[in-house]
Amino acid sequence: MGDRADKAARLETDVLVIGAGAAGMTAALAAAEAGARVILADRSLVGRSGATIMAQMTVAVALGEEVPDHWEHHFADTIQAGRGLCDAHLAQLVCEHGAREIRRLDGWKVGWARKPDGTIRQAHAPGHDRPRCVYVDFLSTGPAVAKTLRGRVIRQDGVTRIGDLCIVDLTVVDGAVTGAVAVSVADGRPVQLQAGAVVLATGGLTRLYRRNSASANMGGDGYALALRAGAELMDMEFVQFFPIGHLAPRLVGMDPIMWDPFRYKLGGRLLNAEGRDFMNDYGNQEAGQYNVTRDRATHAILSEVKAGRGSPAGGAYLSFQHLDEATLREAFGPVIDRLAKNGIDLGQMPVEVAPIAHYHMGGVRVDNRLETRVRNLFAAGEVVAGANGANRLSGNAITEALVFGREAGREAGRRALGASAATPAPAPAGAFDLVRAARAGGEAELAGAMTRLQAVMADDVGPFRTAAGLERALAAIAELEAEIGDMPPGQPGPYNQARLDWFDLRSMLLVAKTVARSALARQESRGAHQRDDHPLMASNWALHQTLELAGNELVLGRAPVQGAELSQVA
Amino acid sequence: MSATARLIVRRGRPGEPPSTSLYEIPYTPGASVLDGLRYVRAQLDPSLSVRHSCINANTCKECMILVDGKVEYACTARLEPREMKLEPLPNKAHLKDLVTEIAPPDERLDHALAARAGVGA
Repeated sequence: MGDRADKAARLETDVLVIGAGAAGMTAALAAAEAGARVILADRSLVGRSGATIMAQMTVAVALGEEVPDHWEHHFADTIQAGRGLCDAHLAQLVCEHGAREIRRLDGWKVGWARKPDGTIRQAHAPGHDRPRCVYVDFLSTGPAVAKTLRGRVIRQDGVTRIGDLCIVDLTVVDGAVTGAVAVSVADGRPVQLQAGAVVLATGGLTRLYRRNSASANMGGDGYALALRAGAELMDMEFVQFFPIGHLAPRLVGMDPIMWDPFRYKLGGRLLNAEGRDFMNDYGNQEAGQYNVTRDRATHAILSEVKAGRGSPAGGAYLSFQHLDEATLREAFGPVIDRLAKNGIDLGQMPVEVAPIAHYHMGGVRVDNRLETRVRNLFAAGEVVAGANGANRLSGNAITEALVFGREAGREAGRRALGASAATPAPAPAGAFDLVRAARAGGEAELAGAMTRLQAVMADDVGPFRTAAGLERALAAIAELEAEIGDMPPGQPGPYNQARLDWFDLRSMLLVAKTVARSALARQESRGAHQRDDHPLMASNWALHQTLELAGNELVLGRAPVQGAELSQVA
Repeated sequence: MSATARLIVRRGRPGEPPSTSLYEIPYTPGASVLDGLRYVRAQLDPSLSVRHSCINANTCKECMILVDGKVEYACTARLEPREMKLEPLPNKAHLKDLVTEIAPPDERLDHALAARAGVGA
C-alpha cells in the first residue's frame, strides 16, 4: 500500500447527496437551485445504478389526462393500499406534488407515452380506482427518467458528481451530521466529506433476498448509515414482494419485473399447475381486470405453491396464449425479439413467475420536511419510511423519489446555506479506522456469507413468517456477524471487491436484524407482513414500530400513525 | 456427471505479472457469464473483482469484458459448458482482475478534488 491509499482525500461542500437514482439526482438539482454547492456521490455510476434505471413500468400521478382525476383520489388509493399505516402527511406530499414533478420531467422531454391527440397515456394499474399511471415505451420508464435527470444534473451549476464512492459512515458532532467517511472504490483511498447537510437517497434493501428485482447496490446501506448516526428507522418489517417476477425459463438482458404492464394491458392469465385461475380463491375479486394489490397477489401465488399446485420451478404460470401474434407484437414491440432470443414464444407457451423482493416500505423515520432526528440529515426516496404504510401502491415509487428528492434537496440546501458561517468540523476520532484497517487475508472466509444471508431472509423473513422462523433467522444473522468479524479483510487498494463485500455485509446484517426483529414483534398480518401464526390483521397493531441503536443494541419502540382515518379520505 | 463451465479468468493489478485463475462451475442452460462470475465470487473466491450493478437487466452497462477475446456484456453473454477465457477490456485503464476504469473522467474523485481544490488531510 502506497502513501496515496493511506492519505485521506478531503472534500468540503454545502450539501452531500448519497445515491444518484431519481431521488438523489432530484435532490441535487433542488439543492443547487437553492444556491447550495452539492456533491452527488454514488457507489457505482451516477444515474446508472440503483433502482430507478431498473424501473421498467409506470409512474402513478393524478394528471387527469386519460380521465378526470384529482390528487385526493390518488391519495385515497395510496392510504387504502397502505393498510392503515401510511403517514398521511408524507402520502399527501407524494400525491399532491407528484403531478408537478411529472410535468417538469415532461418539459425536460422524458418522453411519456402519448396518444395521437397529444394527451399523455395513463394505464390502469392494480390498486388504482382509475387509469393513472404514465410510462415510457417500451419498458423504458426508469431508463428514460434516469437519463433525463442525469442530463439535467450534468448541466446544473454547482453539482459535482462522484461515482465509485462507497460511503462507509456518516460523521455526527453534537447531534448534527457533519459529513461522511467514504472509500474511493477505484483506488481504495479514504475520503472525508464535510457537508453542512446530507441527503440520504440510497434506496431500499432488496439485495437482502435471494430473488430480487434491483441492483447489487440495494443492500440497505442507507438504513445502516442512518441508524449508526443516531436516526430512527420505522416499519422495517414491511418488505414488498412483487408477485409476478420472472422465474423460468432463464431470461437474460431483461429485468424480472417486466411482466406487470403487459399483464394489465393485455389481461395475461395467471394459472396454477392445473391450468386454473386461482386469484379469486383467496378472497380477491379479479373479474377480467387485473386489480389485485401486490400483497394479496403474492399471498395467493405462494399459497398455491404451498398446496402443491405450483409450476415446476415453484411459481405460477403466466399465459398470453389467448392473444394472436399481431396483438402480442403491437403490445410488446421490440421486447418480443428479446424474448425470442431467450427461447420464449408467448403465443406458444406460458412463462413461470413467482414473488420477488421488490421494494421496502419501511426505512428512515423523518418529519414533515424529510429531516431525520439527526439535525441536518435528510432522506429522500425509497429509503424514507411512512408514505406507503404496510404496502405500496403500484406506480408510487418514482413519484415518491421525485417529490421527496425535491423537498429534501431544497430543505437541505437552505439549511446548509443558513449555517454557512460555521467552520467545517473535523472528523470524529476513529472515523477512519475501518477504511484504513489492513490485515493479512480474510477474503476467502467471506465465501458463502452473502448467499447464506439471502437464503435466511428469503426462507424465514420473506412473504410468510412465523415466530420460529424469525428466531431461527436472528440466530443465523448473529452467527454471520460473528463470522465476518469487526474488521474488513485485506488491504485498501484498487477495486478490492472482497473488502466492499465486507462493508456491504456489515450494513446488510444490521439491516436484516431490524427487519427480523420488527417482524417477530408484530404479532398480526398486515399488508406485506404475513405471519402464519398470526394470520389476521389486529386493530391494536395499527401503529409503527421504530428502531434505534443504543451502543451496539437495537432498541424496538412504537409510534402512533400520523394520519387520516380511511373514512375521512375514501 | 453434470456439465461444467471452465472459466479462465485474468487476475491481478497493473504492474503485476499477468496471471489467471481457473474456476470450474456448474453449468445451467440459459445462464449468463455474469451468473457464472457471481457464483465464483459468492461460493469459491470472493477475492475476484468483477464490476456490475444491475444483475440481469443490462441497464447499468458496467459488466463489459472480453469473452474469448470479444467485447461482451457479461450479463447477456451466455455461459457455455466449455472452457471460456475472460479478460478485462483492453482499451480502458486496468484496476484489478476483470475491472477497468469506466467512470466518465469528470465523475472521478480526482476530478472533484481538482475542481474543489481539495487538500490531503
